[in-house]
Amino acid sequence: MKMTGEYELPAARQAVWEALNDADVLKDCIPGCELFERDGENGFKATAVAKIGPVKAKFNGSVQLSDLDPPNGYRISGEGQGGVAGFAKGGADVRLADAEGGGTRLTYDVDAQIGGKIAQLGQRLVNGAAKKMADQFFENFRKKLSPDEA
Amino acid sequence: MSKTGIGAPVRRLEDHRFITGAGNYTDDVNIAGQAYAAFARSEHAHASVRKVDASKAMKVAGVVAVFTGADLEKDAIGPLPAGWMIHSKDGSPMNAPGHPCLVQGKARYVGDPIAVVIGETQAAARAGAEALEIDYDVHEAVTDMMKTASSPIQLHDGAPKNTCYEWELGDKAATAAAFKQAKHVTKLQIINNRLVPNAMEPRSAVGDYDSGTGVSTVYTTSQNPHVARLVMSAFLNVAPEHKLRVIAPDVGGGFGSKIYVYPEEVVCTWAAKKVGRAVKWTAERTESFITDAHGRDHVTTAELATDERGKILALRVHTTANLGAYPSLFATCVPTYLYATLLSGQYDIPAIYAEVDAVYTNTVPVDAYRGAGRPEATFVVERLVEVCARELGIDPATFRKRNFVKKFPHQTPVIMMYDAGDYAASLNKACDIIDYKGFGKRKREAARRGKLRGIGFSTYIEACGIAPSAAVGSLGAGVGLWESAEVRVNPTGNVEILTGSHSHGQGHETTFAQLVSERLGIGIDQVSIVHGDTDKVQFGMGTYGSRSGAVGMTAISKALDKVEAKAKKIASHLLEAAEADIEFKDGAFSVSGTDKKVTFPEVALNAYVAHKFPSSEIEPGLKEGAFHDPANFTFPAGCHICEIEIDPETGVSEVVNWVAVDDFGIVINPMIVEGQVHGGIAQGVGQALLERAVYDDSGQLVTASYMDYCMPRADNLPSFKVDTTVTPCPSNPLGIKGCGEAGAIAAPPAVINAITDALGHENISMPATPQAVWQAVRKGMAKAAE
Repeated sequence: MKMTGEYELPAARQAVWEALNDADVLKDCIPGCELFERDGENGFKATAVAKIGPVKAKFNGSVQLSDLDPPNGYRISGEGQGGVAGFAKGGADVRLADAEGGGTRLTYDVDAQIGGKIAQLGQRLVNGAAKKMADQFFENFRKKLSPDEA
Repeated sequence: MSKTGIGAPVRRLEDHRFITGAGNYTDDVNIAGQAYAAFARSEHAHASVRKVDASKAMKVAGVVAVFTGADLEKDAIGPLPAGWMIHSKDGSPMNAPGHPCLVQGKARYVGDPIAVVIGETQAAARAGAEALEIDYDVHEAVTDMMKTASSPIQLHDGAPKNTCYEWELGDKAATAAAFKQAKHVTKLQIINNRLVPNAMEPRSAVGDYDSGTGVSTVYTTSQNPHVARLVMSAFLNVAPEHKLRVIAPDVGGGFGSKIYVYPEEVVCTWAAKKVGRAVKWTAERTESFITDAHGRDHVTTAELATDERGKILALRVHTTANLGAYPSLFATCVPTYLYATLLSGQYDIPAIYAEVDAVYTNTVPVDAYRGAGRPEATFVVERLVEVCARELGIDPATFRKRNFVKKFPHQTPVIMMYDAGDYAASLNKACDIIDYKGFGKRKREAARRGKLRGIGFSTYIEACGIAPSAAVGSLGAGVGLWESAEVRVNPTGNVEILTGSHSHGQGHETTFAQLVSERLGIGIDQVSIVHGDTDKVQFGMGTYGSRSGAVGMTAISKALDKVEAKAKKIASHLLEAAEADIEFKDGAFSVSGTDKKVTFPEVALNAYVAHKFPSSEIEPGLKEGAFHDPANFTFPAGCHICEIEIDPETGVSEVVNWVAVDDFGIVINPMIVEGQVHGGIAQGVGQALLERAVYDDSGQLVTASYMDYCMPRADNLPSFKVDTTVTPCPSNPLGIKGCGEAGAIAAPPAVINAITDALGHENISMPATPQAVWQAVRKGMAKAAE
């Protein structure tokens, strides 16, 4: 599965960059996230509940940050086991740039793979579900960066 | 014709129990104290299993045991073998790695079983399987059959280039020479889409072990329980043959997918002995999708050479066949001897050359599925012939008739010797019934409604009555393909037929009883058909390849000959007449020229009472057995014509008219035969319009539920007009050819020929979904606008 997107965020590039590296911010923004804590210098342990079509599962896994280029972007990648539901793994290249009217433009480029029951039953629904989760994440993230709305 | 004899449209005797829920399927079998098995399956298409940690699973409440491939290895339980040796064109034997029943080393498809968890309940077993921690080293997977031979990814150490064999059949030089002489060559790229068999009853197994007698018993969803017992004892070492009982009770559809021995029944039987209690497993529907052997999956380049008059000179075919991750039991013969041997179709083709490369990919194993090779051959031949006729501007019916085999016996260039048939007769009859001459009018009328109407022919032939043992042995089969029967006449005159055939929807309990009724003059309610239990029936080869009538019933018929001969002897003593003067007719023995007679039940009683004949001359009792090895394949053939209407706005194809005229030889029960034709056409239309198993690049089956895998339903099908022509089969005394697969073989090219006729161009693949048809319509419009 591949997905790309772009969001305008109402904050300076440095502030966005810091938020993107803040485990608490990420935990609050990832839909269904129950645990997101630092595990090593650029790693995190994570637990999140995801629902794709008829399959709902709790994914336990790890997240790694790499290609760190402050404050311009990084690659965030991870893999999670959803028990009988199967597995998901993948990553996203995230780039930050100054937006024309102020604020920051975030672009992302995701590639992901799913396997097991989640692929057998939900493949057709994955793109939609992933897009929805991404939108939800960035909506939450945008709110975090807009103190008025927080 | 008697009311219940040969040719009578008797209602199926078994249906009352099936439709009232009184059937006895494997999942209905419960043994006191039984435990349940759940299989942990690879979720990766290609991965080394480094470790299976069962510590958490063993703590799950109700988990009894966990076993892995290492445990099977310790007990020397062998891998599942390939049962048919194919040699490559360079003479080397095929590369056929065995399939361990639980992964040993690498998992090679999503669904490959890695471990089994035995639990007190099904829920406990499943919870235990979920708690297993499997440490994978994930490898890249290859799923594309056209890329696997050149891929750096290797599935098996013993199969270089991921290739099982590179095989050929026919005369390469003669074919090339004929192509040089040709005035016209039609060339097509043909994909035969991969199908999931989808039997209504999922696979199931209950294994049990009697420590007192040392006998293992397995109830299993099998089309051939004796073959399962042979494989499980001789190759897998589960139990010696005389200590292994295989019972296949009522089986709810097989379509080939239940011929093979699968890991689950082996593991359940073995595990029952390990845990000291019966072990039961029944597949969930998703498990069926990712573990039942799939069907078809060919990519073919085919060329047909003709002269200026449209006489076929030669046929040349190159096919790549996807075997999946392992060679399933009969997989290797499907794209070779069940496929290329039928490439002559109904036509007199002087030269044929076929090359078949069978390859491995990280997908579920592929094996025989209703038709098994013959649908693939028929699709190639009937698409080529239709396109060639169109290119030459010859009416497709005329083109076919010009090239039909007309004299019998006919030796094709690809092994088969057609023994009898009248292909023009079925084509002509089908044209009459569908009113072929009136098609133009129907097409214009459809156009007024905004619909594109097309007509498509399929004049198919298949080889059934599988098969002469010596012939298949010379071609690499690991078994003979005869059939056995035993006729047990009880003292009260009713009869039990023990047969090695197995009914899983075919209606044997009715048709076999009709044969006995016809022969012995007793009612079909006086006959029981016993099958599917290796403790009752001595041996048998099972049911596939439309063989139960031609082979299985012939064995019964031979045993009935012996019963009749002995009964005649006994009757001669009862009637105090010379045996030569005894006539047997309508269920009674009489002295010719007199009114002295004795009924069959009276003779039966006397056979057991044994008062009235010298035991020194005639043994008491009335029970006879026979084995029948067929002299040739049988060759059912016929003509199906399909009319389709396409809505160019939506791409939806509607099958609006279907005529099937089949020559099945002598028909035992026309109602059952018609039902078989209906079911076969439905499956063929499913392949042509709806069904396709799709893997993504990483080896995940993305069509593993009915959300994404589309089965045909009643509203996809018209009312079929089914008729027959008859040329009796000369190679068996009943004249039967077989009807079980014909519909599935005939239908796909009829549908695609109709769609391409409607669209006015050829480039459409199966399944011709509304999306594909809509795009083809748009392409056609763009072409027209140029």
